[in-house]
Amino acid sequence: MTRGFALLLGLVLCVGVGALAWATEGFRVITSQGARQLSIARHPIPVPNVRLVDQDGHTFSFADYRGRTILVDFIYTRCPRLCGVLGDDFRQAFSRSDAKNDRVAFLSISFDRADDRDTLRFYADRYAAKTPGWRVAMPCDAHGLSTLLQTFGITVISDGMGGFVHDGTIYLVDESGRLARILDPGTRIAAGHP
Amino acid sequence: MNTTRALVPVAWGMLWIARAPLEHEMALHMAVQLPLLIGVGYMLATFLRPYEPRWFAESDWLGIPGLLLVVFATSFWMLPRMLDLALSEPWIDSAKFASLPLLAGLPLGSSWPRMPGLGRAFLWANFIPKLGAIGGLYLAAPTRLCAYYRLDQQAAAGIALIAVAIVLGTCWSVIVFVGSPPFWSRAGIRRQRARHEILEAGE
Repeated sequence: MTRGFALLLGLVLCVGVGALAWATEGFRVITSQGARQLSIARHPIPVPNVRLVDQDGHTFSFADYRGRTILVDFIYTRCPRLCGVLGDDFRQAFSRSDAKNDRVAFLSISFDRADDRDTLRFYADRYAAKTPGWRVAMPCDAHGLSTLLQTFGITVISDGMGGFVHDGTIYLVDESGRLARILDPGTRIAAGHP
Repeated sequence: MNTTRALVPVAWGMLWIARAPLEHEMALHMAVQLPLLIGVGYMLATFLRPYEPRWFAESDWLGIPGLLLVVFATSFWMLPRMLDLALSEPWIDSAKFASLPLLAGLPLGSSWPRMPGLGRAFLWANFIPKLGAIGGLYLAAPTRLCAYYRLDQQAAAGIALIAVAIVLGTCWSVIVFVGSPPFWSRAGIRRQRARHEILEAGE
């Protein structure tokens, strides 16, 4: 055992532990979703003022929600699985929320360019979503969609059967229009607000 | 010798060209691309062995620092977050293509022969079950660990890792309990030749 050995060992330990700490945000996460949740909770980011069109055909933007908290989920109306669970959860929470309570709004955004006003309407009717408390909407243009997906950190991949894979995460945009929380996938909000 | 040396850049270049199809499937990414990149570095180590600096050979006592580096580098690139980043950030993928051969394969090739037999056995006996356990976790995990891979691709990656663990475990068991085939190493070939000579001398 020489000094060279001690130096080499020290160097390897420092570099190795440092690299693993960097990749896991200090040994707290192993997935990119986890890293994103952590980063958003620490530093909320402003949501760009993208224009969207809802199930009634009205256009609106995130700025219209200032002063209210928005619970956002991302859906596509053809979705045979998860979107139904999300829709049910939102419906229960929506039906339970006081009609006069306009502090919390619900917003389901379709990331599927194949969706249109009719399919949004169909989805909204299925879960009794009513404007302005619960908008089922899609960005007006493809650029708006990619801006939103990037801001919310969503990777849409094909499920190999003509649909998409997504994990049903619910996002919380706070009163000042910042993306402030990413709830764990599978968190059911109907049981009470987070 | 020069033609075999050319294998290193050729293999690396082929992996670089094939990175899109290999990274498209989680199983190929984890069980084929990452090990082959390490293999490229290992090959490089066998060619660089005569040029190894003396101070490094002396400082790398029993191969411990080198093999520790291998453990760190491989753990780092197997993190689900790094698999995602390798797909979304081209510079991260480039870093992977540089660091797996140089910081995992190269030290593996240079330090492995310095590790005593018991140490090697310990590492194998740790690595194989752990690989199988990680494969089992991927196979059974109800949620996706990577944003870029579907749940069924994740399960397939789990099966691939378990398969690799079974193959390695079988080979290792045969070597430990039966003995390595003589063509396995130069020393083995030499031993066999010597045995032949003794037999011939006896006749």
